[in-house]
Amino acid sequence: MTPAAVAIVGAAETAEIGTVDASSLALATDAARRALDDCGLAPADVDGVASAGLHPYLPSLVAHALGIEARWLDATMVGGCSNLVHLRHAVAAITCGQCEVVLVAHGESGRSSIGGALFRPPPDGWQGQFELPYGTAGPMTLLTLGTLRFLRDRGLDRSTLAQVVVAQRDWAARNPRALRRDPITLGEVLEAPLVAYPFTRPMCCVMTDAGGAIVVTSAERARDLPRPPVHVLGAGEANGAAIASQMPDLTSSDAFRRAGADAFASAGLTPADVDHAMLYDAAAILPLMALEDLGFVARGDAGAFVADGHTAIGGSLPVNTNGGGLNYTHSGMYGMYALQESIRQVRGEASAQVDDVDVALTHAIGGMFQAAATVILGSST
Amino acid sequence: MTTSPGTRPEPRPTPETAHFWEGTARGELRLQRCRSCTRPYFPPQPFCPRCASDDVEVFRASGTGTLHSYVINHRPAPGFRSPYVLAVVELAEGPRLLTNLMGVEPVPEQLPLDLPVEVTFETVGDAALPVFRPSAR
Repeated sequence: MTPAAVAIVGAAETAEIGTVDASSLALATDAARRALDDCGLAPADVDGVASAGLHPYLPSLVAHALGIEARWLDATMVGGCSNLVHLRHAVAAITCGQCEVVLVAHGESGRSSIGGALFRPPPDGWQGQFELPYGTAGPMTLLTLGTLRFLRDRGLDRSTLAQVVVAQRDWAARNPRALRRDPITLGEVLEAPLVAYPFTRPMCCVMTDAGGAIVVTSAERARDLPRPPVHVLGAGEANGAAIASQMPDLTSSDAFRRAGADAFASAGLTPADVDHAMLYDAAAILPLMALEDLGFVARGDAGAFVADGHTAIGGSLPVNTNGGGLNYTHSGMYGMYALQESIRQVRGEASAQVDDVDVALTHAIGGMFQAAATVILGSST
Repeated sequence: MTTSPGTRPEPRPTPETAHFWEGTARGELRLQRCRSCTRPYFPPQPFCPRCASDDVEVFRASGTGTLHSYVINHRPAPGFRSPYVLAVVELAEGPRLLTNLMGVEPVPEQLPLDLPVEVTFETVGDAALPVFRPSAR
C-alpha cells in the first residue's frame, strides 16, 4: 500500500456535553475553535469545510461564523456516519489538490433542541407511507427491528444485549465526562424499564447536546504542526436499504459489510491488525452487528465474543472505550464522537487509554441502516 | 399502558404508490412483479428494483405470511397507545413489510418468530392500512 497521505492534526470536543445552553451551530463552532487551537492553526489557514445537519448550507454557516474563505465544501448528510464520510472525502480532496486544510465540524443540540428541529420524514416518502403510520417512534423502534431475529438465528437471547451494556459501562466508569458511569449488572440491565422489547433503557443511547471537530491536512504539512499526526490509513462508505424494514437481511447490514471491506482494502489491513475499535452504538445491537459485518468475528460469533470479554477492559479488542453512545454522549449523529475517541486512543491521551494503539477503527451507521462508513486511523503511515 | 397525544400519522400516496393504497381501500394487498425476472417486490415503484425492467405488473397478494421479527413498543408514537407490536412480516410471495400485529396480546410469549399471520385492514384517516393478525388456519 502507498503510505497514508493525509492526517488528522487537530481534534476536540465541545467544552461541555450533556445539557448545554447553546445552539447546534454554536456547539459546532465551539468545537471547531478548540480543534484549531489544538493544532495551532487559525481559521485563515482553513480552505475546506465540511459539516452535516438538517440545514442544507451548514458548511457555509460554520465558515461564515469563523471567517473562513473555503474553496471546498462538503455538506454530505447521511446521518450519524456523515462526519466519517466527510473525512474520507477530505482525504481525496487534499490528495488531489482541491484544498489543503479541511475543518470537519459537528454540533447538535440533541437534548435541548436549540437552533435546530428534529428530522420528520415526509408523509409521502417510503418511510412516511410504509413505516410511520404503524407507530414507529424513532431509532429505538427501527434500528431494533431485526434484533429478535438476530438473537434467534444465532441461538442467543436478550442477555447478550445486556452484556454489551455491562462491558461498555465499565469503560464509561473511566470516562469522567460520561453521563452513565455507575457500574451495572446484567440483571439490572434486563430488569430496567422497557423502551421497545427486547430493549430496556440502558440498552438505548443517552441523548445529549454536544459537538466535535477535526482538522485534516497532508501528512507532509502535519510534520510542521504540534500534535502527533493521526494518519488516515483507509476508509469506506456505502449505502444501505432506503428504509430499515426493507433491509435484505435484518440481522446484517450490507452497508456495514461494504464500508468495512473498502476501509480494510484501502488500508491494506485486516481485522486482525486492529488494536482498538469504536462501533457506533445508538442501540446495543449495533456493535454486535458491526463485529460480524466488519469481519472481526464470523457471522454468529459476536455474542460469544462479547460474553467472553474480548471487547471489555483487558480484552483482545477494546470496543467503545469512551463508554459509547450508550453511556457517554449521543447528540443524534454520533460518528464524530466515535472518531474523537479513536484519535485520543491513537495519540495515547484517552481517559481509558488502551496500551499500544497503532491501528484504530471507527465504524458508524447512517440513519436507520441507510448508510455506513468506516475509517481506519494509525499512528504511523 | 401509555397513550401519546397527537394525531396518528397518515400515509400520503404518490403517483407511484397510488395502486397500493387504492388496493388496500378495496381490501386487497397489492404487490408488483417483474415480468422479466419474475420477482415480486415491495415497496411500489414503476420499474423492477432488481433488473430495472419497465415490464412490471400489479397483482393481488395472498395476504398470508409469517412473523419475521418485531419489537413491542413501550414509548408510543403520537396517537398510539402502548404497548403495541411493530412487526416485520414476510409475505408468502417473498417481500417483507413493516406492519402492526393485531388480535394478540403484545407479550413475547404470544409472539414466536415465524408465527403464521394474515392480512386485515385498519382505517386510519383516509387510508386503509394493511395490518396482520395470527392466521386463523
